[in-house]
Order: sequence, then structure tokens, then C-alpha cells
Amino acid sequence: MRAQQENPKRSRLGKIARRTFLIGTGAIAGGLAIGYYFYQRDFDNPLLSDQDKGESTFNPFVKIAADNTITIIVPRAEMGQGVTTTLAALVAEELDIALDAVIVEHGPASSAYLNQAMLIDSAPVPAFDDSFTAGGYRGSMEILSRFLAIQATGGSSSTVDAFEKMRFAGCAAREVLKQAAAEKFDVSPAALVTENGRVEDPVSGLSATYGELAASAATMSPPADMQLRTRSQWKLLGKSQPRTDIRQKVTGAPIFGIDVELPDMVYATVKMNPHLGGRVNSIDARQAEDMKGVIKVVPIESQTGNGFAIIADNSWRAFQAAEAVNVDWGPAPYPADSAQITARLREAMQSGDRFSLREVGDPDKAFANSTPDQILEAEYEVPFLAHATMEPMNATARLKDGKLDIWAPNQSPTIIRSVCASVANLDSDQVHVHTTFMGGGFGRRAEVDFSIYATKLAMLTDGRPVKVTWTREEDTTHDTYRPAALARYRALLNDQGLPTALHAAVAAPSVTASVIGRTYPSLPMAGPDKTLIEGAYDQPYAIDNVRIDAAKADIAVPVGFWRSVGNSYNAFMQESFLDEIAASTGKDPLALRLELSKSWPVATQLLEKVAQMAHWGEKLPNGRAQGIAFTLSFGTWVAQIVQVREIDGSIKIEKVWCVADPGEVLDPAIFKAQMVSGIIFGLSSATGQEITFSEGMVEQSNFHDFDAMRMNQCPAIEVEILENSPHMGGAGEPGTPPSIPALANAIFALNAKRIRQLPLSREVDFA
Amino acid sequence: MKLSVNGTVHDLDIEPEMPLLWVLRDELNIKGPKFGCGIAACGACTVHVDGEPVRSCTLPIGDVDGEVTTIEAIGSDDSLHAVQQAWIEEQVPQCGYCQSGQIMSAVALLQDIPNPSDADIDDAMSGNLCRCGTYPRIRAAIKRAATANMEA
Repeated sequence: MRAQQENPKRSRLGKIARRTFLIGTGAIAGGLAIGYYFYQRDFDNPLLSDQDKGESTFNPFVKIAADNTITIIVPRAEMGQGVTTTLAALVAEELDIALDAVIVEHGPASSAYLNQAMLIDSAPVPAFDDSFTAGGYRGSMEILSRFLAIQATGGSSSTVDAFEKMRFAGCAAREVLKQAAAEKFDVSPAALVTENGRVEDPVSGLSATYGELAASAATMSPPADMQLRTRSQWKLLGKSQPRTDIRQKVTGAPIFGIDVELPDMVYATVKMNPHLGGRVNSIDARQAEDMKGVIKVVPIESQTGNGFAIIADNSWRAFQAAEAVNVDWGPAPYPADSAQITARLREAMQSGDRFSLREVGDPDKAFANSTPDQILEAEYEVPFLAHATMEPMNATARLKDGKLDIWAPNQSPTIIRSVCASVANLDSDQVHVHTTFMGGGFGRRAEVDFSIYATKLAMLTDGRPVKVTWTREEDTTHDTYRPAALARYRALLNDQGLPTALHAAVAAPSVTASVIGRTYPSLPMAGPDKTLIEGAYDQPYAIDNVRIDAAKADIAVPVGFWRSVGNSYNAFMQESFLDEIAASTGKDPLALRLELSKSWPVATQLLEKVAQMAHWGEKLPNGRAQGIAFTLSFGTWVAQIVQVREIDGSIKIEKVWCVADPGEVLDPAIFKAQMVSGIIFGLSSATGQEITFSEGMVEQSNFHDFDAMRMNQCPAIEVEILENSPHMGGAGEPGTPPSIPALANAIFALNAKRIRQLPLSREVDFA
Repeated sequence: MKLSVNGTVHDLDIEPEMPLLWVLRDELNIKGPKFGCGIAACGACTVHVDGEPVRSCTLPIGDVDGEVTTIEAIGSDDSLHAVQQAWIEEQVPQCGYCQSGQIMSAVALLQDIPNPSDADIDDAMSGNLCRCGTYPRIRAAIKRAATANMEA
């Protein structure tokens, strides 16, 4: 308890690790030997097996060469969220080195880089729940995380996961460098100071660079009582840093997976069955085989799809040849069109086969004892959505001398390593995954399909590397979509217009079951999937009787993690419904939320702040209106107000105000950029995106029919940060969920049109 | 066929219908222009032909009748273009994939209109999609570069 008071913004990870460590070993005075050593003791340092001459490594995160080249491993993939800056700063802060004086690398795929925070956040408990029981769930997930040891970038977890371990990594390296210098100068380590990549003895004036000390320091063990820098000592953390990758990104440097170029490389594309999951009945490739540049046409059968590839001497020639292949595609294992899919969702929603993760009071009894005039009901529906990353899916592979190298912009290197090892009949240690920069990820690049196809082709190119680039059409029609979902909400209202009972039934295909099913087909995935109802069951609203039921719909459309996952639709549904509750009794939507969340000061402060920024409640000029929404997701509390304006019958999104509370922000500019990014991503989906099916195939194919917000549509966005939450939360996703209902609620405020189905463009035009 | 890119003339034996983008990327190993859509709908492939911005993914090389400039040649290692510099000062890029195209469109805009209005920026830049949502910083960076132009 005391440690928590001293360090109130500790990540949950630190708390759990500390508790587990104490249980496991008895008492450790001061709790300082937590964190880094606990995480590391079972995993080898993957840098040891691949050191350049003159290079020393101290732990999985730090390498220092004799010439004082300092390399920080940031084992999370950069997709614009700024990890190559913020995570590097965690190490650099402790190492007393400037960010522009280090090299940042992603490093190899390794269990040493497991992401524990991501797994812990998947525990089926609300983020605001600090009870002993909730802690038990998180502790179990923490243990599971070490057992699975998945290196992954996702779940808005990178900073939370790295916050302690990467600072300890920098600190451990600093301390042994001081020990090496102490031996060399014959003084006590305590007398030495570190600055700008040097260890100095202020008394004698002696000094040495880290590079000069690295070889001997790397053989030493850090002291047991390592002291992390305190917040007041921070020079980098807590302040906005220039992004470490910015120069490459303004000069067009070849840093993305699609830019990989290797000697003797061939170029390929795939065309997989558009009836997703269907088989291939027959292929006629005679015409394609004779086309210029075509090397061969090969069928692909795999756990993620069936189809064929064209291997050629140029990507465009491969695209052209793919169009010339005649294929008889087998049917898809799901209903053929969107209407039938919705019917399947409705069946699931009405079936009794449901689960719930949290029940407050007895909502069934409350509704049974009510009269119909006290009940408000509404039904909401959302479509499938594509990720539409700017960089189409791609991967490059080379199978040579029994070694498989995969270059892929990806969010899950250790999973790709194990799956592709099995595809190529190799051991995992014969597979090397090179994680490049990603031209967007949003969850799509956690998948293994693009790496599997490249691996299969590399098995057919006699040791030549093969780069497999998907067309935009292939990418859009072979995504792992944000699920379509349907929900029925009902509330029991009292005389004051407040809900005394809230119940919802939410139906959607299960993301977790779909992902595991195609990634590890032999693993059964039964049981509850929290993603179906996250953003609904776990919100800080005090209502006497609450239960959110989830029904997994049996729809075999591949679905996946899409920025904010279930929160992306549950927030729309629940926050729209709260607005309907307010409207039905003439209550102010902000006042209703303040009333329901009054037990959580973090929420109260957030809502009051955003209301103040937007001048909520003040009279607006004619033709303008505001809507509000709030979501707690990925540990971060976010409230937004959207202002719309009607111009010639179209709706212009004029402005968005956003207040976010992630407990602690390490880089304000990057955090704010992530909020802006999440808002534009959410508004893009709300204003026009949908993936529909006809004859078993996705109907949209490219940016002309699956577009996103453009410069001329982008509102002004103002973001403020609060740091009242007791736990550190994420940044990448929490901006998205409230943006969608805030827009829907603003449209209702504008013209009394309640839109319960996304995209909103089904019922209104956007300017 | 001859193609001049960034001041170097290449003699190419390539079918004239191949889009300029794929000649640049796969034949000449110039990777700054990115592949996004293949139908001129996202702007990631934007390059200049005789200073005019074009979507290289739909421009057959047989129809290229001028000097091609890609992001690699608008500045130098020692001296970035004013637009690139403004992009750094505003910390524009996130994932960065669309930014070559954004910068090439912005350079062309500022050559045309040295001090563009918001409406000018909307007109010139709305063909360049950014999925990270960097638009507010792109707008700020264009204005910053315009100011730098005015003062220069």
C-alpha cells in the first residue's frame, strides 16, 4: 500500500508483478527487486546470439558497441503510435543519453519481448474495478502471459507494458557501466556520474565512454538495489520528444515491408478465394503463364485461405497476370448476403445461448416488476468494417540453407515465427522474423495470412527471396473484418428520469474465436469472449441493476482486431442509448452522465473539463449542435464532444473536443496525436464505411467505395490531458470509441434524427 | 524507351502500359513513391512530372513526357526542402506511409500558390488519404512552409 502511495501512477503490471514476486519468494524489502529481474529470469537475451564484432549486450533492450554506438531495442512495431520514440525514451532516460544519439531497432522475434500488459488488460473485469477479485483475474492473466510469452503490438499496451521493464533495462546497463568505470578508475561506483554516453568521476576528472566500458561491463551483474530515476529527475519522459523516425518518413526512406529489396528477389501477388474460407474447385492459368515476366503460377491451400499466386519479375506484371487466371471458386461457409447475415445476428441475439461478465443487482426481476411505460427500448446495428491500412498487406520470405527469413510489417512476430515454422516444416529457431515499419496496422497486421503466403511461395523459389504484395482490391476483400453486431438495449426509468435497470443483448461473431481458429486451427476456442461486450459491460456508470448479455453469432466471416475492437461498436450503442434515455425525459445528456458516474471522480473531472472546453449548454448559432459521449477503454478514460453544422442539407463536422485521462502521459504530443488519430479513424467509420456481402463476396474493393475522412472533411480537434486515474492506460485505441456516438448524438441534437445503424451516412449526408 | 528520373536518364525496355509507379519501384528501386490503391484514389504514389503532381500508379510510362521528380530528389541530405523541414517541425508523420505523397502534393501546391488559403489546401490535398489522421498537422505544416517562403 505504501509503495502505491509513493508512486500512484504505477502500471497494473508493476503491481501484479510485485505481488506475484512477493508471494513466490517471501518478502523483498522495499519492493525494488521487482520488475526487470522478475520478467527476465526465464528468458534468454536474444541479442547474445547475433552480436556484431565489438558489440556488447546488457539485456534484451540494450547493445553498446566499442565505438560508443548505442542501440535500443524497441520490440514493438512502429505503426505511427510513436513507440520508437517513447519506448526508446524509457531506456534513454535511465541511460542518460539523448534520443538523437541512439539507434532504435525492433530486434528479433523473442519470448523475452513478451507483452504482459496486453494479456492482463484482456482479463474480464472493468478497468475501474480495483477489488481483490478483479486483481485475482489480472494475476491469472499475468501468469498466462508468461506461459504464452507472446511478443505482440496491440491492445494499446506498449507503453504500459514497457514502463517499468524498459526503464529497468536502461538502469541495469547504467549501473554496470558505472561498475566497470569504478574498477578502471579505482573508485566507488557511487562516486560516479553518467551523462551523454560517458561515465565520469567528478573528483578526479577521469571519464570513459560507454563504448570503452561496454565489454567489461557486460560481464558484470547489476546491483540488487537499483534505483530508477524519480519523476522529478526525468529529462525526457513526461515531455514531448521529436520522433526518432521522422527524418526517414519525410524523405521517403525504404523502411516499410513493401519496400524490402533483396538480391535476386522475385515479385509475387496472391489472389485468394473471395468467398472467404471457400475452396478452389479448378484453376486455368494457361493464359497467365504465357504473359510477360511471369515465372510461375502456383496454387495455395492454407489455414487462412485458398487460392493462387503469380510469381513474376515485377509486381505489376504479377497483378496483370492474376487477372488473366480463370478460377472456379468454391462457396463460402457463411450466409451469402448481408441481409442473411443480419438475420443470423438476430437469431443469435434472441437465442438463450448467452454469457455475461458482470451482473449488478437483479435486472430480470426489476424489469419483471415494472410497467411498460417505465421502459425504454432501442435496437442498434453496425456493419463489418475493413482496416484499410495505407500499405496493402505484404511480406517477403526467403527459404535458403534450411533457414527461413520473413520480412513483414507485422504486430505478432513470435506467432508468425511459430506458424510459419510449422508451414515450412522447420523448428522455430530456424525462422527469423524481421519486423519492418508498418504503413498502418490497426490490428490487421496481427494476422498471419500474409506471412503464410510468402512462406509457401519461398518454398517454391529455390532459395530466391520472394516479395508478395497484395493489390488494394485483394486487401479490401480479404480482410479480417471488424464484426457486424446487433444489440437490443432496454432501460427501466424512475420518476427522476434515471435508469434503475439496464439490460442489453449483444450479438456478434467472436473475434477471439475467429483469430485463434485461423492462427492455431488445432486449438479449440470455447467460452466467453470479452470483446463482444467490452465498452458496454465495463463502463463506470452506477445503475442499481445491470447486465449486458453477449451471444456469439455463428457467422464464419473472418473477423479480427480492429482499432478498439468491441469498444468500437459497444460505445456507439450504449452511449447512443444513454442519450436516448436523457432525451426521453428531457434531461441534459451531460447531466445524466455526471449523475451516473458520480462515484468515479476521474469520470466527473473528465466530463466537466470537456464540457467547459466546448462551452456545453451555451446557445449555439442556428444550424449547429453538439453531442457528447464517454468511454473507458484500454485503461484510459475519454470524453468527447462533437459539434456539427448543417450546410445546404449536409452535415459538416466542425469541431471535436476531447479530454483523455490515461493516468500518466510520457509524451504529451504523441499522446495527443494518438487521440486525434483515433477520433478521425472513428469518424471515418461513422460517416461512410461499411463492408457488405453479396453472393458470398465482399462488395467493396478500393478507396472509391471504402473511403475514409479526407483533409476537406477533417474537423478542428482540441485535446486536453488529465492525469487523475490511478493506473496507466493506453493511447492507440481509446480515442476511437466515443467519437462515433458523440457524432450520432450531435446529429440528434441538430435535427432530432436518432440514427441507430452505422454508418450514419445511411440516413444523412455528410459534407 | 528513355525515362528521366531525378536528373538521371534511364534506357528501359518495358511495355509502355506499365504504370510509372511500378517502373520506379520495381525496375529502378526508387521506393519513395508508395503503392496504396492503383486507381489514383489515395495519392500515396504522387510524383512530379515537369513539376506537376501526378498519381504515378495510373500513369503509363508510355505517356510520361517530362522529367520525373520523386521525394528522393526534392531536397538533399544536407538541405531538406522547406516543406520537409516544416513537416519535421510540426512532427507530421505517424505511420508515415502516405507522407511521400502528401509532401509531393504540398510542394506542388506551394509552387502554384505560395500562400494558400484553407480552401486551397483542401482542394490540393484532399486527394491524399491519411489513415492515421495527420491532417491537422499537415495543414499546419503547409502554412508554416508558406510563411517560410514569404520570409525567404
